[in-house]
Amino acid sequence: MASAAEHADLLIERMGSNPLQVLIAIQKAFNHVPGDAICRIASALDLPLSRILGDVEFYGFLSREPLGVYSVLMSDSITDWMLGSRELFLRLCGNLGVSPGVTRSDGLATVGKTSCTGMCDQGPALLVNGIAVANLTGDRIDAISRLMEKKIPLVAWPDEYFHVESNIRRRGWLFQDWEGAIFEGEALLQEMTDAGLRGRGGAGFPTAKKWASCRDAPGSERYVVCNADEGEPGTFKDRVLLQHCAGRLFEGMALCARIVRAKKGFLYVRGEYRYLEAHLENLLAARRDTDFEIELHWGAGAYICGEESALLESIEGKRGIPRVRPPFPVTHGLHGMPTVVDNVETFCAASAIAAGGGREFRSLGTAGSHGTKLLSVSGDCSRPGIYEYPFGVSVDQILEDCGAGNALAVQVGGAAGTCLDASEFGRKVCFEDLPTSGSVMVFDRTRNMQEAALNFSRFFARESCGFCTPCRVGTEILAQTMERISEGRGTGEDIFEIGNLGNILKASHCGLGQSAARAVRDMLKKFPEHFEGTVK
Amino acid sequence: MIRLATCSLAGCFGCHMSFLDMDERFLDLVERVEFDRSPFTDIKSIGKCDIGLVEGGLCNEENLAVLKKFRENCVILVAVGACAINGGIPAMRNHFSIDECLAEAYLDGVGIENPQIPSDPELPVLLKKVCPVHEAVRIDYFLPGCPPSAGAFEVLLEALLKGETPELPRNFIHYD
Amino acid sequence: MKAISLDGIMAPFAEGHTVMDCALAANIPIPHLCYLPRCVPHGSCRLCTVKIDGRFASACTQPAMEGQHVEIDTEELRQLRLSLLRMLFVEGNHYCPSCEKSGSCRLQKAAYDEGMLDLHYRPWYPKREMDASHPDILIDRDRCIFCELCVKASRDVDGKNIFGISGRGTDTRLVVNSKSGLLADTDISAQDRAVEVCPVGAILVKGLGFEIPIGKRLYD
Repeated sequence: MASAAEHADLLIERMGSNPLQVLIAIQKAFNHVPGDAICRIASALDLPLSRILGDVEFYGFLSREPLGVYSVLMSDSITDWMLGSRELFLRLCGNLGVSPGVTRSDGLATVGKTSCTGMCDQGPALLVNGIAVANLTGDRIDAISRLMEKKIPLVAWPDEYFHVESNIRRRGWLFQDWEGAIFEGEALLQEMTDAGLRGRGGAGFPTAKKWASCRDAPGSERYVVCNADEGEPGTFKDRVLLQHCAGRLFEGMALCARIVRAKKGFLYVRGEYRYLEAHLENLLAARRDTDFEIELHWGAGAYICGEESALLESIEGKRGIPRVRPPFPVTHGLHGMPTVVDNVETFCAASAIAAGGGREFRSLGTAGSHGTKLLSVSGDCSRPGIYEYPFGVSVDQILEDCGAGNALAVQVGGAAGTCLDASEFGRKVCFEDLPTSGSVMVFDRTRNMQEAALNFSRFFARESCGFCTPCRVGTEILAQTMERISEGRGTGEDIFEIGNLGNILKASHCGLGQSAARAVRDMLKKFPEHFEGTVK
Repeated sequence: MIRLATCSLAGCFGCHMSFLDMDERFLDLVERVEFDRSPFTDIKSIGKCDIGLVEGGLCNEENLAVLKKFRENCVILVAVGACAINGGIPAMRNHFSIDECLAEAYLDGVGIENPQIPSDPELPVLLKKVCPVHEAVRIDYFLPGCPPSAGAFEVLLEALLKGETPELPRNFIHYD
Repeated sequence: MKAISLDGIMAPFAEGHTVMDCALAANIPIPHLCYLPRCVPHGSCRLCTVKIDGRFASACTQPAMEGQHVEIDTEELRQLRLSLLRMLFVEGNHYCPSCEKSGSCRLQKAAYDEGMLDLHYRPWYPKREMDASHPDILIDRDRCIFCELCVKASRDVDGKNIFGISGRGTDTRLVVNSKSGLLADTDISAQDRAVEVCPVGAILVKGLGFEIPIGKRLYD
């Protein structure tokens, strides 16, 4: 086998000059990124060493130290916890005789944890060498352990282990079988404006306005970028759309490209969905649009890259640090050029409007939120999965449909979202009331919300990019405080401090820090009895 | 009479020396306060006090016990000096394990004869990490400095004796 | 001329100015650490956080816009600055008595100005690598606050590109652009702007420690 440095040369020749994609390939081939590969990539691409080293030390799926032949990352989302992931994690470590995060001395395996892997409707889940295995049980953990001990390569593992369900429970407007586009260019922009299409990522910026601004911004190049880095705990709708509607997604991107005159597009997919690689590559290879090329760009374990400017940094091969805004990507995006960044669901909705016009879309939803929204429903319910509803659906309705008869709390919008108690189940999912990218996690009356608060606070500390003081330090202090409380060492002052931290975090550079204490504060306020017993 | 106690935990007594640097002003002070437990009186256990001044951070079980006694007995507890406030120089051992520290001091260090780690039962057990006093008990006021100047002690005590909230002027705030 | 309100004082601004530019020109102090005039601002320390029409923003990156009402010296913002300073102190190892920069350290000065008496939070005592490999210059990462001023100065002023930031979250760290990762293997010199701009005692010129007696230093 070639040395890592030689391998890096080959990869650069074959894959081009994107350091992050090259690093991901090196990691795969060598179970780590050796120092000589870092040096070689830096010199071959004429970049400072710290740029390449910075990537390796930033992205969760890259490692400077050799990992095991089998590198296992257990999904550590709250929904995984609720399905017993922590016990399974210990069981796996015990089976293999490893400590968490420490590679076994014979180099066979490394077992660690990662943030939500987007399999919340079929958890607990793990990634083995980057590929998802869902529906974990004690038996499955034991079977996997045996396969690893026998050094059976992943390709020879039972197919069913790698099976991922789509669980589409409720189909609506978007999931119809749409024909090809009727509207294009100006006409499409008009249809989208009339339809009232707003970005589906949660912020809700009018999509036609974004596309027109990009078109009108000065620049020698323009880019269309699809954000499929859904990392918000409890969200998995993009996974299902990539599986079932990727063609429509590419169509939406191409329609946008024709409007803004972009020749190049990027689909940024979170590394957790690597199992979709062949599927997506095949569809991209079958595209016959020579005017607009779409390149697949993989993430590598960094929630922050879902923030659009951090995502652009990541496509440029850098650490995913959110940019100073303004300027916004629409005028100064990828490589400083005007760029449209939209969510998978938004591009799919745009291409559906191009096919069917905006009228039906307009008629669905509420006065301020038109069309439908895909919701990823998980947690304590009998039918977790994807639900498409017109905007304005009440939480009560969702709970009834997904079979959650005993709900205590519902977390809408993931770890960064809002925690609702039963008195608020009449609230509606829409931009005016509960804006969300679609994560709905149900907690039933047997749950202690302190667990969720602990999980979310640890999540933000793990995923903070570290750029600004309040988030880098504040998320860690918040997590430490929650850990003290969970271990029964908390005090009333700790509870008070969580409120303070929430205020300080609002001074953060980006939304991650700004919303990091939100759910925890909600839970403290709405479920004080879940905390009181453990606080001195 | 106002009762005042002082102690030095994991510190160097430098704060106490600086306190004494009040010189002739110290004589005025002893007219107005009675010293309880303090290196100045050599009283070994603390009684009910109005004010407690704690120098030094926590490095062993005894420090912790003394600090808790101070908190129980003092109406107002003041953390005095860098070590009490952030662990200070003793906390630089936190980068090493206790075993490493003991080995360096008693086994492998330069010029050691008859190397052995002391194990007398009278010696207090070391804490895993040196930490500031506010991690263990509630602290009412902080007097930074390494050491705080005599003037800073004066400002602090003047205010406390009058029953006011101490406000340290900008020129008395320093960390070294 | 267009103007913004800084704590009620009208300050004029030109196109392209930030809130910080206006404040500096109008002689209204806004505490800051990672900002340096003539250096592209990025707003990482957040010490210059102000409130503009009810929302927090970093003054150094926020473009001045007609009609803005900027709050600077309010109780809420003073408390915020104090908290941010405490956070910077607890995440590193800042032992002022043993630091050569003490007395001319901008972090220390900012904390004095805000009246910081205690840490409030529990110190982390992180273990970070020191780099004493270079004959003239020392990197003490214990004191680094990730302001990136050395990164920018070395790249943009010295033209050497010696420093970079690596890692993530609490593992963020200052790194050196050399194969060994050591400063000795770079062409840095003690006269470099990158050395001079360090606001804390993270990058120090060797052999110059404690030159000025206590009481006579910049911020005594």
